Amino acid sequence: MLQFLVRRLIVAVLVAATVMTLAFILTRLSGDLAISIAGPNATQADVEAVRKAYGLDQPLVTQFFNWVGNALSGDLGDSYFFKARVSSLIAERMPVTLTLGLTGLVIALVVSLPLGILAAVRENTGFDRAVQLVTLLGQAMPSFWLGLLLMITFGLQLGWLPISGTGSWEHYVMPGIVLAFSAIPALTRLTRAGMIQAMGSDYIRTARAKGLSRASILLKHALRNAAIPVVAIAAVQLGFMLGGSIVIEQVFALHGVGFLAWESIGKNDFPVVQAVVLVLAVIYVALTMLADLMNAVLDPRLRGP
Amino acid sequence: MSVTAVTAGPKRGWRSISTWIGALIVGVAAICAVFAPLLVPHDPFAQDLGRRLLVPFWMEGSNPDYILGTDQLGRDYLSRLIWGCRISMLIGVTVTIVSALIGITLGVLGGFLGGRVDDAVLFAITTRLSIPVVLVALAVVGLLGSSVTLLVLTLGLLLWDRFAVVARSTTMQVRNLDFVAAAWCAGCSRFRILSHEVLPNIASHLVVVATLEIALAILLEATLSFLGLGVPPPLPSWGLMIAEAKDYMFFSPWVIVIPGVALFVLVLGVNLLGDGLRDLFGARTDP
Repeated sequence: MLQFLVRRLIVAVLVAATVMTLAFILTRLSGDLAISIAGPNATQADVEAVRKAYGLDQPLVTQFFNWVGNALSGDLGDSYFFKARVSSLIAERMPVTLTLGLTGLVIALVVSLPLGILAAVRENTGFDRAVQLVTLLGQAMPSFWLGLLLMITFGLQLGWLPISGTGSWEHYVMPGIVLAFSAIPALTRLTRAGMIQAMGSDYIRTARAKGLSRASILLKHALRNAAIPVVAIAAVQLGFMLGGSIVIEQVFALHGVGFLAWESIGKNDFPVVQAVVLVLAVIYVALTMLADLMNAVLDPRLRGP
Repeated sequence: MSVTAVTAGPKRGWRSISTWIGALIVGVAAICAVFAPLLVPHDPFAQDLGRRLLVPFWMEGSNPDYILGTDQLGRDYLSRLIWGCRISMLIGVTVTIVSALIGITLGVLGGFLGGRVDDAVLFAITTRLSIPVVLVALAVVGLLGSSVTLLVLTLGLLLWDRFAVVARSTTMQVRNLDFVAAAWCAGCSRFRILSHEVLPNIASHLVVVATLEIALAILLEATLSFLGLGVPPPLPSWGLMIAEAKDYMFFSPWVIVIPGVALFVLVLGVNLLGDGLRDLFGARTDP
């Protein structure tokens, strides 16, 4: 168990280091940062001043190690546009994105677990086919378009929900539903497949032979085993959802981390962009580690000797 | 000889119907894409401010010359829709080619050689999965300026993971089969074994992945274009059409409904076809 954890941790650190390097290279792709920051009307002297002020006159390698060194001590640099610490900007916006991501995950689980279980119990019936059709439709649905359709229907025509902003819990209902849509197909398919596999196994036959009730067999025996991969994937899906929330935050004008990144891309605010890429990647890596850990806790077979 | 000797075989009934529907949708889209210049009833780029926001045929006061109406600049919506199909298909297919080249190379090398190489490939896949795709694609296009070539290369460099995962696992299965051992004994070179024994036997799995990736690439292109950092205007990408029409959607919802439905139906069609092929080949595409 300990060896497994240490190995996972080493890989996680290496992945984070690689992403850091990539994020740094990414923001240097456009060539001379100082020219883009100074703007189109800047004189040569302005550009030089900007270059000095932001430390862009130093060699790339020095810049890179400065950035890495500072990032390790929690300092992600200063935003060019907002005139604030990047770390405090992200900390300020993170609650919105986390609320959105968790809302989406809860909605996705509430929908896909029952759907997957029922589809498995009624395998190859009309209901099962209907569920499979729903997962296909969900997969093809462009999230930004679904968001706009919900805004027109529930925001404007029915007037039930606010269409943008972050004032109350009601503001998270539509974005949460849209975000959940991206995870529902995968979670439903996995629950269904896991349940079908579990229902066909020997211990279920034993449970049946013992004369246990159908509900007890389903929920206590089959679901427990089918849930293991689902729990793990749910954590990974949350990581994808946080990364993908940039689209939904933009549609619903939720001022989360994704919105911050989108604004910063438009304003050539490189320290913010590279920091958001890094933070989202680290969160994803942490969530996949958590998923592995939960797998090991839930399934003793994976713990090894 | 096939790895998937024990397959369920093609499923009958509704499954094959859905596959045919998928094939039909993809077929129509392919025809629209290839023959777009011949099919468009009007110039998709010609603006006519005197004919702004004409309504489509099912609404009161529509103009029979413009079946799907016109957009906010008076451009024929049907023509832009057909041209947009060309762009979606073009980007979907080219992105998939780029990502297939990267992913299959990495996956086959990792699965075939094993050891350190495989560790490196697995690490590359893990790293790639931890990178937020939409954000990084937006950043690249935002920094370097939007163009179709850049978009294709960026998405291609970001979407190879599923190809790599599937190519790796299927190569591992094939590597240990008897006919590969026989080829070794017959003195075949590594390259010959890879190209003549391994690749043909994992191809069916890769075709299924390719269809799913085309669908994903089409969706991502539309998303990026919607956010203003994808296909540059005035090209009529469906995502861009939705973005440009967004300001008018509360008064004339059809302006976003039409390109959205087109996008939804095309992605659904590609996915239906992919699922059908998966059943047909008995291929597994889950990582």
